[in-house]
Amino acid sequence: MVMLKVEHLSKKFKDTEVLKDISLEVAQGEVVAVIGPSGSGKSTLLRCLNQFEQITGGKVNICGDDMIVGQGKNGVIYAPKPVLKKIRLHVGMVFQNFNLFPHLSVLKNITEAPIRVLKKPKEQAQQEARALLKKVGLESKENAYPCELSGGQQQRVSIARALALNPKILFFDEPTSALDPELTGEILKIIQELAKEGRTMVVVTHEMSFARDVADRVIFMDGGYIVEEGRPEDVINHPQKERTRAFLERFTSLRSMAEPQD
Amino acid sequence: MDWQQIGNWFVMFLSGCGVALEIFVITLVCAIPLGVLLSFGRRSKYKVISWPVSLYISIMRGTPLLLQLLFVYFAPRYLFGLNYDRFLAALIAFVLNYAAYFAEIFRGGIDSMEKGQYEAAAALGMSKPQTFFRIILPQVVKRVIPATANEVITLVKDTSLAYALSVEELFFMANRQTSANGVITPLIIAGVYYYFFNLLLSILFRFIEKKLNYYK
Repeated sequence: MVMLKVEHLSKKFKDTEVLKDISLEVAQGEVVAVIGPSGSGKSTLLRCLNQFEQITGGKVNICGDDMIVGQGKNGVIYAPKPVLKKIRLHVGMVFQNFNLFPHLSVLKNITEAPIRVLKKPKEQAQQEARALLKKVGLESKENAYPCELSGGQQQRVSIARALALNPKILFFDEPTSALDPELTGEILKIIQELAKEGRTMVVVTHEMSFARDVADRVIFMDGGYIVEEGRPEDVINHPQKERTRAFLERFTSLRSMAEPQD
Repeated sequence: MDWQQIGNWFVMFLSGCGVALEIFVITLVCAIPLGVLLSFGRRSKYKVISWPVSLYISIMRGTPLLLQLLFVYFAPRYLFGLNYDRFLAALIAFVLNYAAYFAEIFRGGIDSMEKGQYEAAAALGMSKPQTFFRIILPQVVKRVIPATANEVITLVKDTSLAYALSVEELFFMANRQTSANGVITPLIIAGVYYYFFNLLLSILFRFIEKKLNYYK
């Protein structure tokens, strides 16, 4: 089953086209890593799929629901609000900067949406939240406030918060970029576990090792285009396009500088 | 020094304190909600709303409150021959003026909220009112408390300007006693009242700030 289908998506900011003719499909249970240099459009792509940015052209279908119903002069015509809200709930989002609600405890951060949006009973929402906290290894922190947690812990809470709505597809927007290197591991491990459970995920990342070890498919973007996509071992180890090779070379040369024994 | 006389003034001025307190409370109760509405208007994407509100705020902040007090009372009289209650005129002027200042404080508070908070709420399927009331507003309240405290304390002192409309509040009474008796003591007594009321207020605000300090 196709969970995400994007056809010829384009996005313009004023006169600058930041996404050009993007087409991709994500199947159920698939983990797709989106890599590429800064400014290549990968975060904008996620933001378009999440309705944070107005799409200029193309089509998007998420879990069988069309987000876009037509094409107008200055942009696409979006589906009616109830459909957009339904699509929102298909999708779970994990942000680079966590975006936890600082005035709410860890537990309330997680239960807010299930209670207010899904109208779940409080008790049930709390029980489920506790189970999710256990899953991300933070069962003792339910009464803490986000400011009392490390970056890695905050990101784990934000993953639990996204999971609480039981989304059909999860988007991660550079989930480890705001973290100290020693904390990225704990996040990547959780994403890896989610992958094992068969979660459908799209992960924008700079972590090449993660893309190689966890993703089923890697998409390399540059200049608003999808330059190359395929199995991680193909794209990362044997890139076909010159642009991909140049980008990846920077990473390998960086790594060999950092770990000379390698 | 006539302690008896000083005691008498302290008691006599209580009614003036009452009037000042009335102006203070009514102004806050009306100006804060009006300020919230104005801050929404100021942030509106529709120019027909945001532009007049901006102009209004700019005039209220750009002209003296004393002038506004006199204007609110005397403009209807000189333009239309309308006479009305001086106390009511003072209230209207205070509310109109303070709402403008509160609006700017609230606008700053709302504008200071990170985009990520709206996006996180939207990603979780929360509606716009849910996002505003559950996520944005509680954080804005915390952020605007210090600036609001400043305004509130200023308002206590500004109530004395109502004397220009002969509203018999604390300053008006003290001023009259000073002139009548040729001594400065009544004004000092008024000062003591203003000072202690503001002291109480700053303690209250410090308490509220502390209460809201459970998160950063």
